[in-house]
Amino acid sequence: MTIEAIIFYFFAAILVAAAVCVVTVRNPVHAALFLVLSFFTASGIWILLRAEFLAITLVLVYVGAVMVLFLFVVMMLDIKLERLREGFWSYLPLGATVGILIALEMALVIMAPRSGFGTIPAPVDPGAGYSNTRELGRVLYTDYLYPFELAAVVLLVAMIAAIALTLRKRKNTKYQRPSDQVKADSRDRVRLVSMPVEKKDG
Amino acid sequence: MLSLSHFLVLGAILFSISIVGIFLNRKNVIILLMAIELMLLAVNLNFIAFSYYLNDIAGQVFVFFILTVAAAESAIGLAILVVLFRSLASINVEDMDGLKG
Repeated sequence: MTIEAIIFYFFAAILVAAAVCVVTVRNPVHAALFLVLSFFTASGIWILLRAEFLAITLVLVYVGAVMVLFLFVVMMLDIKLERLREGFWSYLPLGATVGILIALEMALVIMAPRSGFGTIPAPVDPGAGYSNTRELGRVLYTDYLYPFELAAVVLLVAMIAAIALTLRKRKNTKYQRPSDQVKADSRDRVRLVSMPVEKKDG
Repeated sequence: MLSLSHFLVLGAILFSISIVGIFLNRKNVIILLMAIELMLLAVNLNFIAFSYYLNDIAGQVFVFFILTVAAAESAIGLAILVVLFRSLASINVEDMDGLKG
């Protein structure tokens, strides 16, 4: 057993265990944290497959941004767990049957000798000067430039949509009008009145 | 020795775990979204494994785009969830029957 295989099985075991915990654990905060663990472990496996850039991206974008968003929403919403957990295990026999069948079928297809997946040799090590990030960037900014810009538009649309969905106007908020503030002049505010001096009685 | 099928089987197992998760958590929208994220992770794992073993970087480019779309999807999904919780005070799928379907 090579060191790579040991690392793979170690990470795969953690990944599967974390994924099972994500879908079965009771508290949604714990589920989000287990999802963080599974993303982290998956990025380890991606590094094993020499996709360093995407592995780091997974950690930065997913663990850093998306999962924090999940945790934020989970903690912000006041969820009543009792009703959500009603009959949780009642669908387990059906769900487990379907899940095991799907996994088994896919494994059969993949492991079949005729598929040839088991015999594809691992590519030769490209050497020390190879940079996954540079290769990815070279392809991304030439062949896939157009999809890349579309991806940027997708992100922009998602941002605007998320803001527009959650924005709400309050009726009685007080806010400033900068133009009025700039236009303010001392002559509008203070009126000097000349009055005759009044004599004090006595 | 590790082969492509090891990674593909791992992806298949991950995918079916998230399907079971959708069966189990059919009332909790947040866990449903998390199960979808797990599914996308399994798909990405397959893409990267193929990209490595076939020595073709296009697979990694696709993973890049999937990550982008998944981030957009979860941002909008969570925004919808927040709006839904504001109006229903619940994230139970069974309470979302406003359309009387």
